[in-house]
Amino acid sequence: MTLFSIIGAGVAGLAVASELVSRGVKVQVFDPGGSPGAHGCSWWAGGMLAPWCEYENAEEPVLRLGQQAIDWWADRTPVKRCGTLVVASGRDLPDLRRFARRTEGFDKVERAKIAELEPDLAAYGKGLFFPEEAHLDPRKALQDLYRGLQEQGVDFHKKLAPAQLKNAIDCRGLHAREILHDLRGVKGEMLVVRCPDVSLTRPVRLLHPRMPLYIVPRGDGVYMLGATMIESEESSRITARSMLELLSAAYALNPAFGEAEVLEIGVDLRPAFPDNLPRIRRLGHTIYANGLFRHGYLLAPALARGVADLALENTHSEMVDEDRA
Amino acid sequence: MRTFYGTDLPNPLMLGTAQYPSPAILEQAFRESGAGVATVSLRREGAGGAGQTFWQMISDLNVLILPNTAGCHTVKEAVTTAHMAREVFGTDWIKLELIGHTDSLQPDVFQLVEAARILTDDGFQVFPYTTDDLIVGERLLEAGCEVLMPWGAPIGSGRGLNNEYALRAMRAEFPDTPLVVDAGIGLPSHAAHAMELGYDAVLLNTAVARAGEPATMARAMKLAIEAGQLAHQADPIEARDMAEASTPVIGKAFLT
Repeated sequence: MTLFSIIGAGVAGLAVASELVSRGVKVQVFDPGGSPGAHGCSWWAGGMLAPWCEYENAEEPVLRLGQQAIDWWADRTPVKRCGTLVVASGRDLPDLRRFARRTEGFDKVERAKIAELEPDLAAYGKGLFFPEEAHLDPRKALQDLYRGLQEQGVDFHKKLAPAQLKNAIDCRGLHAREILHDLRGVKGEMLVVRCPDVSLTRPVRLLHPRMPLYIVPRGDGVYMLGATMIESEESSRITARSMLELLSAAYALNPAFGEAEVLEIGVDLRPAFPDNLPRIRRLGHTIYANGLFRHGYLLAPALARGVADLALENTHSEMVDEDRA
Repeated sequence: MRTFYGTDLPNPLMLGTAQYPSPAILEQAFRESGAGVATVSLRREGAGGAGQTFWQMISDLNVLILPNTAGCHTVKEAVTTAHMAREVFGTDWIKLELIGHTDSLQPDVFQLVEAARILTDDGFQVFPYTTDDLIVGERLLEAGCEVLMPWGAPIGSGRGLNNEYALRAMRAEFPDTPLVVDAGIGLPSHAAHAMELGYDAVLLNTAVARAGEPATMARAMKLAIEAGQLAHQADPIEARDMAEASTPVIGKAFLT
């Protein structure tokens, strides 16, 4: 039986491993970083499964392929299906109208309904509610995949993959750019706060022309605030301006965030191709799966299925853009 | 034709490179717009040359590059950013933007004049983003600027030309200076309007980048700018209060 070697244990690598294993294939995983952690950019993600909202600024495949993600993840890790609420302050209502024009799958909600959904946002008079959307805890999701794979007998090697591996699937994100020359990094900064004074049950997006914010509840009064998107490839510097903007936006959403405890700040680079859509490429003995951009959890299931289809059935899904096997 | 520091623009559209859904869409928009100049922000992407990949994509568009100091609030920041821009893009051109007001992003014209003087002395060719104030315009020319870029309306507001009277006055006051309406354009008709007033170019970004179909809007802007430019050259008629029949009415048969 063929043994597939997956290189990289971020969300892409683990999702591909999980998909292959679910199709009865034997796999092993190489990652010098070991188990999921801060070395991978998917560690810093929001974990929103929000294809309808993301369509506002993304190409059509994100909307269509992203819808597969919710059920795929729900088979593997806890997924909260309670929608997304999008709000804007009075003077940014043009942005809310634009968001509505550019998306689908929402209900327009007014003050009473907003207060019913999220009592702590009762100050907002207009919003959009996307009832089908969901979210997960990305770190728990990575750990659940990791443990699940281990339980199913997958070997994890805490080292670099040997050269000249047969049947290799390279999911190294930005580390693969020496091969994938059109890959670039897009900087993202985030923070995690504890704020028991605010109670939100679902991801909330606050629209703003310059500082859009999303907040994802992690439970127990902990919230992830994200995320900047900067065309820069520095992976280690968190700027005061970015923190200022994210926290100002959170404070504007509900002033109680002013008393939040900052638990963590993070920064990393999202691997992206020029159209910000993921790609699968087969070059020689290796399949490259990369470019999940800001849609790691949203598009990893579709990417994993595409890789499995190519590797096992030689079927070319739409993400395959090159096949020089 | 008025030249920009001795350079003829290939066409009168300067297009910004921020806020596009993806670099691929940015590239399509540039192709459709035919823009001759790309403005690029360095302030946030800049540190340590970390924006190189993106800047290389902009350079690959094969248009003139006009780096800007977007996001700068002080003379010192703007001067530092300008020097970085010169190093990165190898051009003396700099769009000088010094923000004075957080909500309207209105330029701080006092700092603007000071920074323009410093940068001109350093050999830069400064494109100042300014208001439609005539005296500020004069001061900028005295500081060494050979181009003025008054706002149509606040950045990203898409309101068009808020004060046509002031923009007309500016055109009349500075007949030999290249003038660019920078900021506030939301629709092709706004861009055409600026060109009809005799402006030499239009600089815009949000109107294209945040449109649902950026490439389509880019083409619409290109057509409108060409229309406005032709209209200006064609010496348009004056508006008047009463009808002026285009065919004589005397001598026509009355139908009862």
